[in-house]
Amino acid sequence: MAKKKTIRTIPQERTPVQEQDPRERAKNFTEVSLGYQRDDALREADRCLMCPDEPCVRGCPVGIDIPGFIKKISEKNFQGAYDTITDTNLLPAICGRVCPQETQCEGVCTVGDVLAPVAIGRLERWVGDLAIKEGWANIPYIERNGYKVGIVGSGPAGMACAADMAKAGCDVTVYEAFHQAGGVLKYGIPDFRLPNEVIDAEIGKLARLGIKFECNTLVGRLFTIEQMLTEMGYDAVFVGTGAGYPSFMGIPGESLNGVLSANELLTRCNLMRAKEFPDYDTPLQPGRRVAVIGAGNTAMDAMRVSLRLGAEKVYCIYRRTKKEAPARAEEIHHAEEEGIEFNWLTSPVEILDDGKKNVRGMRCIRMELGEPDDSGRRRPVPVAGSEFEFEADVVVFAIGTNANPILGQTCKLKLDKRGYIQADENLATSISGVFAGGDIVTGAATVIEAMGAGRKAAAGMKAYLGLRDTDVVYLPERAGGTGKLFGIDLSERGYARVRIA
Amino acid sequence: MQEMKQGAGFEIVKRKDFSDVTYLLEVRHPLMAKAAKPGQFVIVMLHEHGERIPLTIADFDRGRGTITLVIQAVGKTTKEMQQACQVGARLYGLVGPMGIPSHIGKAKKVICVGGGLGVAPIFPQARAYKESGAYVIGVVGFRTRDLVFWEDKFRACCDEFIVCTDDGSVGIKGLVTEGIKQAIATHSDIDEVVAIGPPVMMKGCAEATRAARIKTMVSLNPVMVDGTGMCGGCRVKVGDKVMFACVDGPDFDGHQVDFDDLMARLRRFVPAEKAALERWQESCRMRSRIDAVETGATDDARSAGAGAQSTRTN
Repeated sequence: MAKKKTIRTIPQERTPVQEQDPRERAKNFTEVSLGYQRDDALREADRCLMCPDEPCVRGCPVGIDIPGFIKKISEKNFQGAYDTITDTNLLPAICGRVCPQETQCEGVCTVGDVLAPVAIGRLERWVGDLAIKEGWANIPYIERNGYKVGIVGSGPAGMACAADMAKAGCDVTVYEAFHQAGGVLKYGIPDFRLPNEVIDAEIGKLARLGIKFECNTLVGRLFTIEQMLTEMGYDAVFVGTGAGYPSFMGIPGESLNGVLSANELLTRCNLMRAKEFPDYDTPLQPGRRVAVIGAGNTAMDAMRVSLRLGAEKVYCIYRRTKKEAPARAEEIHHAEEEGIEFNWLTSPVEILDDGKKNVRGMRCIRMELGEPDDSGRRRPVPVAGSEFEFEADVVVFAIGTNANPILGQTCKLKLDKRGYIQADENLATSISGVFAGGDIVTGAATVIEAMGAGRKAAAGMKAYLGLRDTDVVYLPERAGGTGKLFGIDLSERGYARVRIA
Repeated sequence: MQEMKQGAGFEIVKRKDFSDVTYLLEVRHPLMAKAAKPGQFVIVMLHEHGERIPLTIADFDRGRGTITLVIQAVGKTTKEMQQACQVGARLYGLVGPMGIPSHIGKAKKVICVGGGLGVAPIFPQARAYKESGAYVIGVVGFRTRDLVFWEDKFRACCDEFIVCTDDGSVGIKGLVTEGIKQAIATHSDIDEVVAIGPPVMMKGCAEATRAARIKTMVSLNPVMVDGTGMCGGCRVKVGDKVMFACVDGPDFDGHQVDFDDLMARLRRFVPAEKAALERWQESCRMRSRIDAVETGATDDARSAGAGAQSTRTN
């Protein structure tokens, strides 16, 4: 056993990751971050203190045993590391890439109190990528229980719920309205952040758990949730349809040609592959000067996609400052490196017409920060007389989404006043047997939060179906034990938990 | 497994050509045939590299488990479909029924108007009104006599049926608005007008009924990607509101719709569409030239050519 690690003995610097040169990558769709190599991973794993209070595990929405998998990396038991992660998260290659680690696991890392936190996300991605390369899959022994579970939406929430229910022994079918599974991972997140091959590889692993994917199926319209529970024989249904319905601001000029939502831009480019037009049939209006409104992850994606599609100039228009921007720090950093021009404290006033119903430019106004608002962020207020115009031919709105109305139109699920599905603490909805989670319950959030919701709903669903939740280990001391378990004195326990695989 | 599911596709069981540009496809999809209601639409993807195009459902047969689409070959995708969609072929993607079904209310007397590509989708509405007990006046418009189709189907569910042609070769000479005017002149008690067709035609219909204040519903078909309310490409101005045709429609009050805005937005991708069509037609010309050369060549070359063709369609 090596000497106990302290903050002084671990490598002080966070292991850097190789990235494509910004000037080079702004012209291609291949991945920006090249990921760790084996030696990088070993060095970074060595930076984990294995501290006993494990704040990172609590910081993770799905509760991955982070010190556990890092320890296995250090021991060079890489497949073991993969198994540890996939006990709780089946999609490490995806989460390692798109989670906002700085506000989750890495944000509370003990090492981070003094030095830069352990690069948990990069380690997770390295393990996930290695597993894809080596063809590892953590497929447990599954005993069928005869229950049929339907999942509406094949995005991160649906996938996470499907995986847990399949592992519990249910016959799981996932329905997707698009022609390909993956939800926002496929249509929303561009290839240079999350390549489609990685998504397909991870979905392939879900298929190996026995999960069936049915694409081209618009639940609500082709059949309703109620029909799933009755005619179609589903014992439980999970709704993870995402939010989706994009917001616009209601300023003049929004219906001009050249104005579109980030969802539309990204779907055309990523899922429909308009970037490969005319080899693929879906067109996309090319922008020379593109203005993107908003500063979330979707806005960053829209800007960086526009740049790669050949725009000469891409502007970010955001009414608050960089500090309030909701995007991951790394995304803003990458966008800056690639030459996006950020206009903080700027708000759009009007989109200007060229007389032929096309965009010729934008009029904006400068803002300053006033008193804090409900969200605790200082409210931006316009600076009088600061309006200015600039040239643009494409304007992209990336200012968030509203609830998709289809399920509300077609089933009796109780919705809140904003149109999102109402769910209790176990994510059960107003219809018995129907659970919901992800953006359709909470409004727009992150991939991993949606996955966390999917897992939570799965736990609720197992309880509803009367299935034992294998994730919950019975500990008498936690249950306020009386020193006896099922009438047997605890000291007489002569059994061990056996893991069957 | 997932690949298989996605690649399985949707089988075309019947095809009929109404003219050199208009063709009918009947596609097997028993679940959709069961769920479809008048006024709804589907999104079709011809092949993996295809674009998603919205098409209004022209008919559905619950017994046969099929839905019917009537398509006008105007752009690259619809022309390619005209070539590729033979009986037995499969569509890569078909999703629906989408949109809020038309509200077949308690109207006692209605005019159902269809023009151009709107003739087919107005049929299920006319039939639904007839089944609800209404007096149905059908008005359809074509360029000329040879293009007229489904006259028998319309006559079976309409109490009165007016055909309008641009050249007067059959029925009234003029646009469908002439037919509407004639129907309004003879019936003072029309409750509702439903119009489906090109935007300029629907605009004309809405104008024709505005003075008489007859409720006029139109079915909008703007540019869409997903058809599920996610991209916002199909947003239309209705009154002072912006609506998404795919999930808030596709039926809207014709007197409220801003048709000029709709028509301008339909021109969004004209240059790209034109380029795609030209490129495709050029490749068709090349292929027919190659085929012509091969006809004179040996059997071996011909079978190699056939092999290449089948890889393409896969």
